[in-house]
This record gives sequence, C-alpha cells and structure tokens, in this order.
Amino acid sequence: MINYFKLIALGLITLFALIAANYARDVAYMVNALTIAAVAVFMFVWVLRQTDEPVVHVDRSGEYMDDVIRAGVIATSIWGVVGFLAGTFIAFQLAFPALNFEWSQGIGNFGRLRPLHTSAVIFAFGGNALIATSFYVVQRTCAARLWGGNTAWFVFWGYQLFIVLAATGYLLGATQSKEYAEPEWYVDWWLTVVWLAYLAVFLGTIIKRKEPHIYVANWFYLAFIITVAMLHVVNNMSIPVSIFGSKSVQVFSGVQDAMVQWWYGHNAVGFFLTAGFLGMMYYFIPKQAERPVFSYKLSIIHFWALIFLYIWAGPHHLHYTALPDWASTLGMVFSIILWMPSWGGMINGLMTLSGAWDKLRTDPIIRMMVISLGFYGMSTFEGPMMSIRAVNSLSHYTDWTIGHVHSGALGWNGMITFGALYFLVPKLWNRERLYSLSLVSWHFWLATIGIILYAASMWVTGIMEGLMWREVDANGYLVNAFVDSVAAKFPMNVVRALGGVMFVAGAVIMCYNLYMTVRRSPAVAATNSAVPAE
Amino acid sequence: METYSLLREIADSWMLLALFIFFVGMAIWVFRPGSTKIYNDPANIPFRHEDKPASEDADSAKEA
Repeated sequence: MINYFKLIALGLITLFALIAANYARDVAYMVNALTIAAVAVFMFVWVLRQTDEPVVHVDRSGEYMDDVIRAGVIATSIWGVVGFLAGTFIAFQLAFPALNFEWSQGIGNFGRLRPLHTSAVIFAFGGNALIATSFYVVQRTCAARLWGGNTAWFVFWGYQLFIVLAATGYLLGATQSKEYAEPEWYVDWWLTVVWLAYLAVFLGTIIKRKEPHIYVANWFYLAFIITVAMLHVVNNMSIPVSIFGSKSVQVFSGVQDAMVQWWYGHNAVGFFLTAGFLGMMYYFIPKQAERPVFSYKLSIIHFWALIFLYIWAGPHHLHYTALPDWASTLGMVFSIILWMPSWGGMINGLMTLSGAWDKLRTDPIIRMMVISLGFYGMSTFEGPMMSIRAVNSLSHYTDWTIGHVHSGALGWNGMITFGALYFLVPKLWNRERLYSLSLVSWHFWLATIGIILYAASMWVTGIMEGLMWREVDANGYLVNAFVDSVAAKFPMNVVRALGGVMFVAGAVIMCYNLYMTVRRSPAVAATNSAVPAE
Repeated sequence: METYSLLREIADSWMLLALFIFFVGMAIWVFRPGSTKIYNDPANIPFRHEDKPASEDADSAKEA
C-alpha cells in the first residue's frame, strides 16, 4: 500500500522537476532539475516493479548492516580518484594556462574546475569515507545494527545526488561564491534533509546500543555530524531570487557575511576534516595495531578541548580586513591554544603503537596510518603558526596556504582514509587478506613523496610570493608587479603538479588492489553472521 | 537592552564561566581515583562484537 503513495510522490516530483526545467532561468538550474526528474523517474520504475510483489521478510537483526558500507567504500574510492584527477589537471592549468582550452571556456577553465576539485575531494571523497566508516564504527562499538532500516540507504544515495547536483552546478556556473559552501540554495536544502537523516541513523544506533559506554570514536563522529548541520544551515541562509533560478542572495552582508563564512569554513576543517577523521583514527588505529588506544583519559580531554576551542578559530582567516581587531586576535589566540589538543590527539594515536613499533616494518597499513598522524601533527603545528598575525601578513593569499591545506587534506585525511579502506575491504567482502601488500607499499611511497613534493614546492613559492608582494624600493614603490610573481612560480607549479600525478597514481593502484582483493583474494567464512547471536 | 548587547553580556560573563568550569571540571573528573581501571573497559570496546550485534536479551553487564 505504501508503495502507491511512493509512486504518487515520485510522479509529482518528476512533474514539478520538469516544470522547473521548463521555466528554468539558467542552464545550471535546468540541468539540475532534469537530473532530479531523471532520478525520480528511475525510482518510479524501480518502486513500480516491486509493487504488489510478494514481500519476503528476512530477520536481519542478528547481523550488522554492511551493504551500505560496501557501497560507501566503492563510492569513496571512485570519488577519490575523480577528485585527485581534477586537482592534478587544474594544477597543470596553473603551470600551463593553455590547458584552459578555448573550446571548453565557461565549463572546463580553472575557475569552474577548482570548486569541483575541492568539493570532490572534501565532500565526495572525505564525506563518503566519513559516512561509510561512521556506519561501520558505530555498529561495531555499539554492538547494534544500524537504526532506521533503509534510511541509511537514503543517506547514501541522497548524498551522492547532492554531489552530482553540486558538481554539475559548479561546471555550469551556479555558485554562491562561499569557499567550501559553493552549492546554491536548493542543493543546500537537499543536503540539510540528507544530513538530518544521517544524524537520525547515527543517533538512533547510539540510543539502541548494547554497550553501556559510548566509545570515544562515536563522540567525535557525533560532534562532526551535529556541528556540520549547524554550520551548514547558518552559513547557507540565503533568499532565492526566483524559485526557477539557481541564484540566491545571502542574508548576511559585508563583514558579518565574511565572518559567518569563515566561522563555517574553519569549522568545516575543524569538524568535517578533523573531528570526523579523528573518529576514524580512534577506531582503525587500535584495530590495526591490535591494542587499545594509548590513553582513554587523554582521548576524553582531547575531545572536549577540541570541541571547545575549534569553534572560535575562524577569524584568523580575516586578519587585516574590515573585521575588528579584537575578533581577529581572539581567533588567533584560540588557534594557538588549539595546538595543544591537536598534538595531544596525535600523541595518543602514535603512542597506541608503543610496544608494537615493529609493526611499522611489516604492516604497510599501519605505516599509512602513522604517516597520516605525522601529517596531522605537522599541519596542526603549521596552522596555528600561520594564524599569528605577523606570519599571516606574509603567508595570506599566497600558495603557502594551499600547501598547508594539502598537507592536511592529502596527508592526514587522505592517508587515514586509505588506511581505513585497506582495513575495511577484506572485512566487508569476507576476504582473508588484501590482494597485495607490496602494492600498498607502492601506494604509500607514491602518495608520501607526492605530498612532500606538493608541500615543499608550495612553501617555496608561497614565501617567495609573500616576499615579492611586499618588496618596496628606496622610494617606497612596489618593486614587483603581480604578474612577476606569477612568472616566478612556474617551476614550483610544475613540481606541485607532478606531486599530484604521483598521488593520483597511488590512488589508482589502491583501487586496483581493492578490486583484486574482492575478486581474487581467498575467501573466509562470513564474519557477519546471519545466525542470531545466542 | 538590545538583543546583541544582552547576548554579548551573557556570553562574556556567566556563559564563559559556565563553560570554563565545565571544561576544568571534566579534566579533573577524568583523573578521579580509580578512573584508570574504569576506562580500561571502554578502551577495549573495539575488540568486542566485531562480527555481529549483541543479542537482544544478552546481559550487557557481562559483556561490559
């Protein structure tokens, strides 16, 4: 019976999406409306084929819900390669502007591809990794199956739809020009719906947990989900110009808008790319090292300190702007204090290996997780340093910032995700082991050297730019034109692009290795038992 | 009083104090006597229930 209502709803969605496409005021909106119509038609047919068919009820309460996690692992790997490829291509565009082809102007030039790259890596690769691992971890540490049945599938597919709508929108010019929050109003609304469903599934699982204690990894995941919901809603408060167009106008304006944007932007780093991934760290590192976390007390202090401090650090993105000095000083001070919980967490992760350091030699997955913590420590030292006003006057608007972001995103987020994927695939597909450990080593070294090339070239070019821009002659005139600094960056731009090539190559090797693990590795008896536990 | 001034006053007086006390209290609470033994158990949560959920009527006290 419920299927009839679903069919009516899907039919109406298709109709309204087609009406919207018909009245669309811009191409991006039309393409997004057609995408929604296509998805709704597909789902209509899919629901229709199941309607009035006999329903077989299988009791799955005795096993974990792993199929959605398998889908998440596949999506993470594929989006990762897409995002890295886009990044490498735009890195070459910076070195060789001729790659902004004449025939692809307005779609394939740097300005359109750049948000595609950042969102593909942060939200598609990182977001899918977070959703998949959080579903895995919350079930195992709560000893309970995911709450809400197919809601988890809605979260997965809804999130993929968000990514596709956002990505096609960027290419066709729909953007609200907010860093890491570029999607326009209707995509934001959709993400809000998906995210609340995600929160419901996660929280529902925690509420029905069988373990009396909520494991610390879940605290980090939950903080990530709740805070991102709050940040997303506040930063995307905007009024659409027309319900048939993608353009919207922000509710805040001027310096308030800038502050809200960087309150969002820095906490996207702090809660999406840090708290969520720390949840991964607190589960997968102990699992792979086969020993509990170094200090559970430290992990509790780590959690609260991170939560209390990160939210204040945003103003350091707005030094020497219209933002009042007290606000940017506040942001700077909190950024520096933040160094302590960051390093506390890093030490907690690294010391988990104490007594098992020999695993570094034999287990390339542990090596990957350890180097991710190394990069975490390095970029959380670099970040507070760059937030100091005097340092920021040199580093801001230069490639140093981009180098910092990448040592964090590729080194910390990328490497811990790769480690988690290598851990998860044999478990989820019931394989005895990975297809090839030497391919993991290849991936490890390609990725590490790639990041080092990237970060080092960006330090050189960033400091060079900063010095060139502030250089004045005896009469107080600027010595360099902007274009001089662009010309001087050429060799470093080539090195960074080559670093990107190595990083992509490593990710492609990983995908091959994971694929062959599923196809070729010897199977073991299913660990996710269908038999209810006694 | 306008909303901004009111919120601002609450934020940098009582709210600041409350958050600070919560934070310091948490840090002290974590090191309460006997906590090392207590935290041994949650630290080992990842090594239980790897394969399947705890059964409906299992006494979670035994597992914990």
